[in-house]
Amino acid sequence: MIRYLALRFASLCVTLLVASMVIFAIVEIIPGDPASFMLGLNAEPDTVAALKKELGLTGSALSRYVGWTTGMLAGDFGTSYTYRVPVSELVVARLSVSLPLAVYALILSTAIAFPVGLIAASRRGTATDFGIMGATQLGIALPNFWFAMLLVVVFAVGLRWFSAGGFPGWDEGVSSGIKALTLPAIALALPQASILARVMRSALLETLGKDYIRTARAKGLSRRQAIVRHALRNALIPVLTIIGLQFAFLLAGAIIIENVFFLPGLGRLIFQGITQRDLVVVESVVMLLVFAVVTVNFLVDIAYAAVDPRLRIRS
Amino acid sequence: MTIKTKLAALAGGFAIAAASSAALAANSTITVGMQLEPPNLDPTGGAAAAIDEVVYANIFEGLTRFSADGSVRAALAHSWDISEDGTAYTFHLNDGVKFHDGTAMDAEDVKFSLDRARGEDSTNAQKALFAGIANVEVVDSLTVEVTLSEPDGNFLTKMAWGDAVVVAPESIETIKTHPVGTGPFVFSRWVQGDRVEIERNPNYWGEPVALESATFKFISDPTAAFSAVMAGDVDAFPNFPSTETLSQFEADPRFAVIVGSTEGETILSTNNKSGLLGDMRMRKAIAHAIDRQEIIDGAMFGYGTPIGTHFAPHNPDYLDLTGVSAHNPELSRKLLEEIGYDGSAIRLMLPPPAYARRGGEIIADQLRAVGIPTEISNFEWSQWLEQVFRNKDYDLTIVSHTEPNDINIYARPEYYFQYDNPEFQEIMSTYSVTTDAEMRQALAHELQTMIANDYVNGFLFQLAKTGVANAKISGLWPNSPTQANDLTGVSWSD
Repeated sequence: MIRYLALRFASLCVTLLVASMVIFAIVEIIPGDPASFMLGLNAEPDTVAALKKELGLTGSALSRYVGWTTGMLAGDFGTSYTYRVPVSELVVARLSVSLPLAVYALILSTAIAFPVGLIAASRRGTATDFGIMGATQLGIALPNFWFAMLLVVVFAVGLRWFSAGGFPGWDEGVSSGIKALTLPAIALALPQASILARVMRSALLETLGKDYIRTARAKGLSRRQAIVRHALRNALIPVLTIIGLQFAFLLAGAIIIENVFFLPGLGRLIFQGITQRDLVVVESVVMLLVFAVVTVNFLVDIAYAAVDPRLRIRS
Repeated sequence: MTIKTKLAALAGGFAIAAASSAALAANSTITVGMQLEPPNLDPTGGAAAAIDEVVYANIFEGLTRFSADGSVRAALAHSWDISEDGTAYTFHLNDGVKFHDGTAMDAEDVKFSLDRARGEDSTNAQKALFAGIANVEVVDSLTVEVTLSEPDGNFLTKMAWGDAVVVAPESIETIKTHPVGTGPFVFSRWVQGDRVEIERNPNYWGEPVALESATFKFISDPTAAFSAVMAGDVDAFPNFPSTETLSQFEADPRFAVIVGSTEGETILSTNNKSGLLGDMRMRKAIAHAIDRQEIIDGAMFGYGTPIGTHFAPHNPDYLDLTGVSAHNPELSRKLLEEIGYDGSAIRLMLPPPAYARRGGEIIADQLRAVGIPTEISNFEWSQWLEQVFRNKDYDLTIVSHTEPNDINIYARPEYYFQYDNPEFQEIMSTYSVTTDAEMRQALAHELQTMIANDYVNGFLFQLAKTGVANAKISGLWPNSPTQANDLTGVSWSD
């Protein structure tokens, strides 16, 4: 067990090291530098040089790489070239939008998908099932930014129930924060809910064919009772896997929706960092995301080992 | 009182508070939409127009300032004396001016600001503005004498730029995130990625502003900008990015569409040292192949004024030279034949703005029509700055040069057009030291004519400023003599 964990941990460290090199190298070879970008067309060459010095862009690539990685080990992610505030501060501020938005969208999509999937599975082959399957197909096919714009046109421009976008900040009150995230969360949740409902349906149908369900039915349980008591729990495993994947996507991949609703989220921070050549932001945020994904995988590995005795015995 | 009634009372209280703040909001605050967020809030340390669009005239002021019509008037300096030979400017400062941190603004601060901008470690994006300053001397606490190395007919205008504002020495450390100026608005907070909030300065030295507070909201997506204005989240969007929807606002009585001019000469910049483009006849052929009106209609939805040289049409010294490069494809073909053009492709490299991307497609089409195969490639800004602007590895590109009175860039042979004409450079150096208005006009005409006749670039159109605002708002600048959202004269009509 300990050997297994040690191996997993070593692989985590190597992954992070390699990732940091790849990220640094890619950012290094993008043409354009932040100082020229910030100073524009009329800047004198010596001004650009002075700014480069001020930003700490003058050393060799190797010394900058070492400075960056050792800084991160000490918890210092550097200072944004353009905003001039610590990257960690920016990330925390952006996460305060992205994280609640991801959670909100996930809750919505789960709340829609579970009952819908359940109904479709329990009425397999009926008109209801076909209707649901058709609707979810549509939900997956609809581009979510288009759906988002539609929501804005109806609920913000037409009815004026919601703002067309923007985020007031949590210090303006929780309810106004949630209100601001509602339309984006719905736009994000719709395609996710469609996928989840389909996964839910097929997972349920698969377990419904299992022997233990036949046994349960033979014991005298109704179809509905069998589904709720026995099939549902076993069908949850693939569903949870999908939810996990969706959450990672929602956290950093919501950039298009962030743009439609002009929300200051994590995705837009990275995008802005790239266009403005705020390289330290790009490097550090991407590195943080890699760290998050790798750590989650590591924790999942540990969980596997805890759950599955075969893994422990083999090692 | 039961819990329920307490809650109801509380809710009622909220409703009243909300209603009254809404009523208050209706006439004393404004939300202004901007497409780009400023990278920082220091106008003396970055080129981004978005910085000035938040802070100019609102938070920071200089010795002089631009008015809405582009003229230069007194600001922190109420008057000035110019020596006989035109090299010494004595500025008399207003008394009782305080920075937002409570400290007094005096001659020392002016000296500090100018010296900082022209210093060796200066990161001022427009350092050239200060290049002519030889010395800044404090005469007394309200008098500063600036000595120039040679006379400069444009010096008072230069001091009106956002890059020349007076800053508080104590605030330099945090100026990028917490600007401290002397203006009628005080910086309140910046929610990065979303908005900047400013409030009325109760201790302002000049006439107090009508607005109690203002918010600059950053909305990069044109469609989102449209929705935000339509939904009433944004009261004004002075540089509205979704030009194609302006007719919709025009038809809606709730909104006013504001169309004005900018200092942006939009040109087909040409690398005067790239192969055939070094031949004036080749550039002339390109110039005559271009149909300006087609570009203005097709790329700018009809907004924009054709130009025939690098000068703003609203400037009194402007000379209409569009005839020099009138649309004449026949002449283009003849010229191409004359120089024995072999039909080799020309590279057109486009930065991100819509005027460039959309205009580029039309120009490429017009060039192909006279037999010049044109290859378009799209660049993002950083890439464009590096390859086109700095390394001059390009044939043609489209850019709007938004700095006011910037015909002097044609006197810089190393500038990315690579136009090297000693005669032009000589007239330019006379022009820049000439202070007499009539003389200046004559010289300006000469300069404009010279670059038009040399076909240095394809001169396309003056970029229009198209904005949209709530119809009840008055006092927004229609034109853009400098990139600013001066809110000092803005108010609601009821």
